[in-house]
Amino acid sequence: MSAPTTTRPSKRPTPRPNPGGLGTGARMLLSSRYASVLVTLLLLVATFAVGSVRYRGFLSGQVVLNLFIDNAFLIVLAVGMTFVILTGGIDLSVGSVVALSTMIAASLLQSGWSPPAVILTVLVVGTTLGFLVGLVIFYFDVQPFIATLAAMFLARGLCYVISTSSISIVDPFFVDMANARIPLAPGLRISPSVVVALAVVAIAFAVLHYTRTGRTVYAIGNGGQSAMLMGLPVKRTKILVYAISGLCSAIAGVLFTFYTLSGYSLTAVGMELDAIAAVVIGGTLLTGGSGFVLGSVLGVLVLGVIQTIISFEGTLSSWWTRIVIGSLLLVFILLQRALTPRRR
Amino acid sequence: MDSAVPIVEMTGISISFPGVKALDGVDFRMFPGEVHSLMGENGAGKSTLIKALTGVYPIDAGSILLAGQPLLVTGPADSQRAGISTVYQEVNLLTNLSVAENILLGREPRRFGGIHWKEMRERAAAILHRLHLDIDPGSLLGSHSLAVQQLVAIARALDVNAKVLILDEPTSSLDVDEVAELFRVITALKREGVAILFVSHFLDQVYEIADRLTVLRNGSLVGEYRTKEILRIELVHKMIGKDIAVLTDLDTKTRNAVAETTTTIPYLAAVGLGRKGSIDPLDFAIAEGEVVGLAGLLGSGRTELARILSGIDKPDTGELKIEGRTQRLRTARMALKRRIAYSSEDRKREGIIEDLTVRDNIVLALQADRGWFRRIPRRRQDELAASYISALGIRPANPEALVRNLSGGNQQKVLLARWLAIAPRLLILDEPTRGIDVGAKAEIQRLVSNLAEEGMSVVYISAELEEVLRLSHRIVVMRDRKKVADLENDDVTVGQVMTLIASGADE
Repeated sequence: MSAPTTTRPSKRPTPRPNPGGLGTGARMLLSSRYASVLVTLLLLVATFAVGSVRYRGFLSGQVVLNLFIDNAFLIVLAVGMTFVILTGGIDLSVGSVVALSTMIAASLLQSGWSPPAVILTVLVVGTTLGFLVGLVIFYFDVQPFIATLAAMFLARGLCYVISTSSISIVDPFFVDMANARIPLAPGLRISPSVVVALAVVAIAFAVLHYTRTGRTVYAIGNGGQSAMLMGLPVKRTKILVYAISGLCSAIAGVLFTFYTLSGYSLTAVGMELDAIAAVVIGGTLLTGGSGFVLGSVLGVLVLGVIQTIISFEGTLSSWWTRIVIGSLLLVFILLQRALTPRRR
Repeated sequence: MDSAVPIVEMTGISISFPGVKALDGVDFRMFPGEVHSLMGENGAGKSTLIKALTGVYPIDAGSILLAGQPLLVTGPADSQRAGISTVYQEVNLLTNLSVAENILLGREPRRFGGIHWKEMRERAAAILHRLHLDIDPGSLLGSHSLAVQQLVAIARALDVNAKVLILDEPTSSLDVDEVAELFRVITALKREGVAILFVSHFLDQVYEIADRLTVLRNGSLVGEYRTKEILRIELVHKMIGKDIAVLTDLDTKTRNAVAETTTTIPYLAAVGLGRKGSIDPLDFAIAEGEVVGLAGLLGSGRTELARILSGIDKPDTGELKIEGRTQRLRTARMALKRRIAYSSEDRKREGIIEDLTVRDNIVLALQADRGWFRRIPRRRQDELAASYISALGIRPANPEALVRNLSGGNQQKVLLARWLAIAPRLLILDEPTRGIDVGAKAEIQRLVSNLAEEGMSVVYISAELEEVLRLSHRIVVMRDRKKVADLENDDVTVGQVMTLIASGADE
């Protein structure tokens, strides 16, 4: 009595717009599922347009690419955070894990480890930390907020155990990665970190939309017992999202060392909040179950454009970034409310 | 049908929860190609037995054999793999995912190690087609009605090569046509040799579809019978274990009450009350001590009217008068201040709070009414809880039990107690007996008629027309968001109301 798999049903299964694909514009506009991501895209374009009108030289390809170069690590962080938030959780430890990763990398390089071994160690430490946090959250039924808060303090504390002062990196591979630029077209270049970040985004997209694990992430975010009763691997997935977030934090940490060429205990303070802000601005619901990883990328770019505008303005202090982000977040949460009349 | 070997054989099953012995040495068996109905009151242990079979609850004692082999399952995924599929009473699906995913997730078609979306949609469409459900498999489940979601849940169970299909109250949110549709599917599956466990409180449906019955009471086995060989009255007697007179008594009592109705000035009167996209403008009135039944199909506007009357939704047009004075009920709180209480049909989400105790749930509305700074003294809370537990027969009779651990019918009684505690003038009950067994149903009906005698106005909404007719003094029939009739309940028959509900539906 299993369903026929070969015979095509007479009824048309109307093709659903590919998740996140931008081809079928009209349908997507109408479908509220993509509405919040589209709003983010419009916002990004609008902010960019404001910059272009106000400042000469703003409207250039390299300014756009610099958004990616300057925010590659944040993109990776936001990807990991998206997994966690989609399940209805939160990960406050990512900023500290970035700092810890820079410290581990810098100190190991200082003691003469080879760059591949260093990077591998950083990734293993980050993933393990996230995995442990996931275990605690699942088995002791601890609020993700509290468990990751504990991990945040733990990771930050470990930084100081390694060293209280900044360690600079002189390893040739890391220096190369920091300075290397890949030319795309005349006058347009990206850094290797951008390639890594985009690869992470692509993998995350594939996992979320084309694997059972990914769909289980969404299923868990729907809340209640349904996912478990449907026989989906809830336990494994719940733990896995924190491991993924840990891995992403470690990758972000490595990219951050490429960017700053140093390890420092006090770095990346509050970066977890930037990641959360990017995810929310990208249209993912904090309650879980709804959102897209591409939205989070757009969210990061919105934050990046605001920062760029403020640096173009020149006279404004960087605190204004915070004020604008704060207002934007508020606007976005209100927009999400308006766009998703979910319950009756 | 006379297959000698049972596919499922459960022997001596016992399960305990803190403070409750849910199952006590119960035997249960199922045969291939047979529909077996599990009967019993709320709290009899039906849901628990099902969850034991599907591995949700570990059993304390006893054994389960599936096709002669010991069944060792640790969860629904396991039992599904072993060939046992379940559709639970509450729709346990994912509203934030597509219909296709809800049907196939967990066994989705793959390609290159990833989900093959195209084939997934096609397979889902084929299954939906088998159920004559014409919806887009790519649409979000949450965008469909509860009835459609229920059928999707069944579609999900259908796809697995199921040897045993468990349907726990599958019809409670379906209309007549949908039930007929479901029965057609069940009969077809029966012929394919699937053993079907069908749990329903609708006796008509049980007698229509079931071959065999097992009756449980208070967590113990009463007996197993062939449907053909047991009379309804015997069955009811076995289920509730008390005198049938209670049931028949009710009928005469309310009939008398109907005759005595005095039509004074209405307690509440609405003129031209309407809300865009919800109900068309209509007039509505209810007198003190009157029971007005709202009849109509799902989505006919009965719940929508109730929500407007109780201040939850704001009307766009019209005027509402309470005891002759114009009132504007802008919030549920304002309605509560006027002593109008609304008990929602969605017990789980808009009714009880699962993680609070029975006592907490009962005093909730009263406490909210007093304001949070005037706490109801603990002794008063205990008195209230105790009095309602005994008055409504809430089981287990433990005010400190978590409502989560109560059966559906007992949860409903707790909810009712909550509203009764604020002594409402107008009580709006939306499907108060859905998913509730005969005994509890009769108790709730009797309660409603007693309350009306004491002067309370009651708006009674139910999909069961017999129930509406039996209880109501007056019947308001809704169709397509319009009021189509307002009848004095003299000699109204189910047929008449049915015609009113149905007529014009095809236009």
